[in-house]
Amino acid sequence: MSQADFDVETLLARLEVSLREELARRRLDDPAMIGVHTGGAWIAEVLHRRLGFSEPLGYLDISFYRDDYPQSGMNPDVRASKLPFRVDGRNIVLIDDVLYTGRTVRAALNEIFDYGRPAEIVLGVLIDRNGRQIPIQADCIGGRLELEPGQRIKLTGPEPLQLTIRTGGR
Amino acid sequence: MSATAAADIQLDAAGRLRHFLTIEGLSRELLVRIMDTAESFAGVTAQNVKKVPLLRGKTVVNLFFENSTRTRTTFELAAKRLSADVLNINIATSATSKGESLLDTVRNLEAMHVDMFVVRHAQSGAAHFIARHVAPHISVLNAGDGRHAHPTQAMLDVFTIRRAKGRFAGLKVAIVGDILHSRVARSEILALNTLGVDEVRVVAPKTLLPAHVEALGVVPYHDLNEGLRDVDVVIMLRLQLERMGTAFIPSEHEYFQRFGLTEKRLEKARPDVIVMHPGPINRGIEIDSAIADGPRSVILQQVTHGIAVRMAVMSMAMHSGPDMEVPA
Repeated sequence: MSQADFDVETLLARLEVSLREELARRRLDDPAMIGVHTGGAWIAEVLHRRLGFSEPLGYLDISFYRDDYPQSGMNPDVRASKLPFRVDGRNIVLIDDVLYTGRTVRAALNEIFDYGRPAEIVLGVLIDRNGRQIPIQADCIGGRLELEPGQRIKLTGPEPLQLTIRTGGR
Repeated sequence: MSATAAADIQLDAAGRLRHFLTIEGLSRELLVRIMDTAESFAGVTAQNVKKVPLLRGKTVVNLFFENSTRTRTTFELAAKRLSADVLNINIATSATSKGESLLDTVRNLEAMHVDMFVVRHAQSGAAHFIARHVAPHISVLNAGDGRHAHPTQAMLDVFTIRRAKGRFAGLKVAIVGDILHSRVARSEILALNTLGVDEVRVVAPKTLLPAHVEALGVVPYHDLNEGLRDVDVVIMLRLQLERMGTAFIPSEHEYFQRFGLTEKRLEKARPDVIVMHPGPINRGIEIDSAIADGPRSVILQQVTHGIAVRMAVMSMAMHSGPDMEVPA
């Protein structure tokens, strides 16, 4: 991915096209969208508007489902999850900003299933980066990125949405 | 125990909750964080599966040396909604009644690899005592000790106030009844003052107020009509008849005549006043049924909020490790 590809608008446009194609291919009518706090929720708010979904946007905070909770403790900034629609039998579009280890998506899937049993879930992410620790892959992506160990990519926002690569820390 | 000493036991080196024994010494920021976390847990009831996996594999022991069906049940439900295993120790038939010391009981439970004690005891300071002696990985929550503290009840009360009023600044709160015997009142006063309400009033006959009650940061009233004037929140307390002889009040009938909450008396308060009670209610002694079951009562909401608040405190105390940014 070149420097120009870090433009969030470009990545969002690609993700939007990819989602339209995937939803059409799988013939998923009237799906509901869920964004994962925090970056995924920002992305989902844009896509939800552009794709013209009829249901209000749902939000997930996966803090209570994190598998590193025993080590890392309580997230001091937990937001309430809010799914303003029935999940049972529903087609869901799950949106996050960065797919890295796969653990956030695993936690999000666990939480969604505690609300009900969806029919199908489409996973869309703005950036798919290397470093997977569990076998999870996105259906739709805005862009792919290879980072060195110790590097991470961070989305800041919501106004403006910006991607930056940082070195060091977790 | 001084506020600093209490906080020293309750908080880890990074200032995060390790035990929850008293409101004393805790910062406004921490109390707000407990309420914010409880707000998230309140949403768990919207799920089909009303559980989150936070304390999966952990064992919580309800160590109740005093009976309390409601408090024990809400702690048990909170632990179960966090996916913990819960052990209820029936103290009346436990080894302590066979002469085993409190510490021996605790040591035996520790040897069974439990992770948290929820302690209720008639003796003030019992939860502190256990907290000082447990293994480092174990958290102790005070579910009421003697006349000293009942911090989770205070937190669910302030959480209920925040949900109803949206703020603490500018509020006048009246706590009415048996202040003298009430650990709930002490914890509530500390929490309300820490959170910055305008005025906390205590309304009671002189016999049911501690000496020098003003030192707690409250304004005492002996006339209910005066004490209720323009208040936003009324917290009625249970008359703890089991803790008092006959000398404290002339009769239950006369107590209700002077300090019972009725529709007419409540007219003195602000029109949007909310009425609270930690339960169980002595109907017709502290509060008229019409009020307890009426539109201004949030008594049953308090019970519901008690689960979310206890989930918050349990999860915060159980894991007070460093907060880390999580790789996605």
